[in-house]
Amino acid sequence: MTPPRPTGVPILRLGDVLVTGLLNELDDTSALAFTAELTERIVSDGARGVLIDISRLEIIDSFVARTLTELTTMARLLGARVIVAGMRPAVAITLVELGLRLTGVETALNAEQGLTALGWQRMPHPPGPPGKARP
Amino acid sequence: MMPGDALTAGAQVGRPGVRARGGAEAAAPSSAHAPVYGEAGAGPDADAERSSRYEVRCEEDLLTVRHAVREATVRAGFGIVDQTRVVTAASELARNAYVHGGGGTLEVRLLAPGGRRGLRLTVRDEGPGIPDVETALQDGFTTGSGLGHGLGGARRLMHDFQVRTAPGRGTTVVVTRWNDR
Amino acid sequence: MNTSESSVRDRLCEALRDREEEIADRWVRLQLEQAVLSTDMSEHEVREEADLLISALAAGLASDVPVERLVTSRNDLRRTVIELSLRRARAGASPTATSLAVLSLKEALLTAVQYTTRDSAELFSAAILINRLLDAAGVLSFETYVEGREEVIQRQSRQLLEVSTPVVRLWRHVLAVPLIGTLDTARTQVVMESLLQAIQDNEAQVAIIDITGVPAVDTAVAQHLMHTVNAVRLMGADCVISGIRPPIAQTIAQLGIDLSTILTRATLADALAAAIRLTDQPAVGSGASASPDRPVTE
Repeated sequence: MTPPRPTGVPILRLGDVLVTGLLNELDDTSALAFTAELTERIVSDGARGVLIDISRLEIIDSFVARTLTELTTMARLLGARVIVAGMRPAVAITLVELGLRLTGVETALNAEQGLTALGWQRMPHPPGPPGKARP
Repeated sequence: MMPGDALTAGAQVGRPGVRARGGAEAAAPSSAHAPVYGEAGAGPDADAERSSRYEVRCEEDLLTVRHAVREATVRAGFGIVDQTRVVTAASELARNAYVHGGGGTLEVRLLAPGGRRGLRLTVRDEGPGIPDVETALQDGFTTGSGLGHGLGGARRLMHDFQVRTAPGRGTTVVVTRWNDR
Repeated sequence: MNTSESSVRDRLCEALRDREEEIADRWVRLQLEQAVLSTDMSEHEVREEADLLISALAAGLASDVPVERLVTSRNDLRRTVIELSLRRARAGASPTATSLAVLSLKEALLTAVQYTTRDSAELFSAAILINRLLDAAGVLSFETYVEGREEVIQRQSRQLLEVSTPVVRLWRHVLAVPLIGTLDTARTQVVMESLLQAIQDNEAQVAIIDITGVPAVDTAVAQHLMHTVNAVRLMGADCVISGIRPPIAQTIAQLGIDLSTILTRATLADALAAAIRLTDQPAVGSGASASPDRPVTE
């Protein structure tokens, strides 16, 4: 099996969550390569969650929509939950009018809220010394 | 909108030849136009309704087309949502031409009849054609990649939608969106 | 007739060339006297306009295009008239004032010709020629004015739409749009756009669309409302519709939309209560299972 061609889209690992994002200039071949690369990483890193930041995407056409739904389904089959975060208002309106629903894809307002939903929390204060009283 | 913007935008409304062209546009839909090549610089009105033509032969062309259409929507004064609608429709149609039609061309034309402004996209390919347009417009119909929302989706995103096709004769899709707000 | 016309035309050309300053001065003064200028335009601007138009006229008369068609077929001339008219339309000048601005140039031109000849027959021909030339300019000016006003009206109606559909913040991470009156497609689209933008700006988790004040909707508007709900979800927030009246419920039912996924409440108060409960859960667009720990947000 040939390894997937690297796409240049960074995939970061935060514990058991993978964080990545789609760029506006992604062409079809790279999008497919990205899907392959991400699913490989889910398996090799044992990820339980994937956050895909799409706040840079200026349009989502049916091809990108299909890429996102397929990614979500594949990830779910591999045991990871996918959250797509940061869709722009204009993109959301257009997607709905286009007749696309992104069935099964979970969404969050931004990467931070997406990470929260995947179990990551923002600390209210810097972590104190251990043993300190907790509320 | 700032007064300054209004003035710049207005300069286009009042471009020479706009009124004359507007009438012609209404009388003859773009289907009647001769090949695009002959049109540029044909008369004194050549720059009144600017049109540009782009090749759709490879994946990179799809990105180029999107950029070009985005720029045109900005020139036509479209808001961000309308920009997104038109660019998305262009992306669907260009991809159709590339995937199903074996490549083709996309023409972007700024329309400005009688103070209205709009954008017309004409996407042509010399592919196998669509045997049954009605079926192709239904959601879920697809013969290639995508979710089959290409044609139907583009129709929903635009104000006017025309398609001319016949088996073996290629496909031409003409879509228009007006900037009415 | 042709020879006399061409000689009159030469005469006019000569007057325009030799007395350019004078004509411009007189024209500006006439406009000021007739008070056809709005306060937005300085004398300096009007003077610049005058210089442009006069030199375009002189260039046009020197060509062999018939006078009636001069204004419409000479690009520079046409553009100058259009710009002059648009400027006045946008500044809020009346249609009369705008037409007068162009037509008062007649008087300025004729006065200039009077200095070059005393022959009454020739003066008469010159007057006719100037009339034909500038009447065409008047017509173009009026058409442009109407178009310019249309544009202003369109812009204002859009601004009015935006004012009439305020998005308000009701609670931390909760927004609401109370809609009152008839909803048409244009207004619904504006609501949709401003609501989604506000969701992004405020990082809102729940958006309430309250339609208590909306008596009825047609199917197109009902469709748009449903689109809005779906778009809100795609952005990663939730949407609650409150105050649906029976006729609207009927319209939505006729559309055959699956309402099971849409959260509705009878009143805005109920909707707010539901929204606050929703914000206590982690914010994920669809089918999110609650995580054991509540997120700490401030």
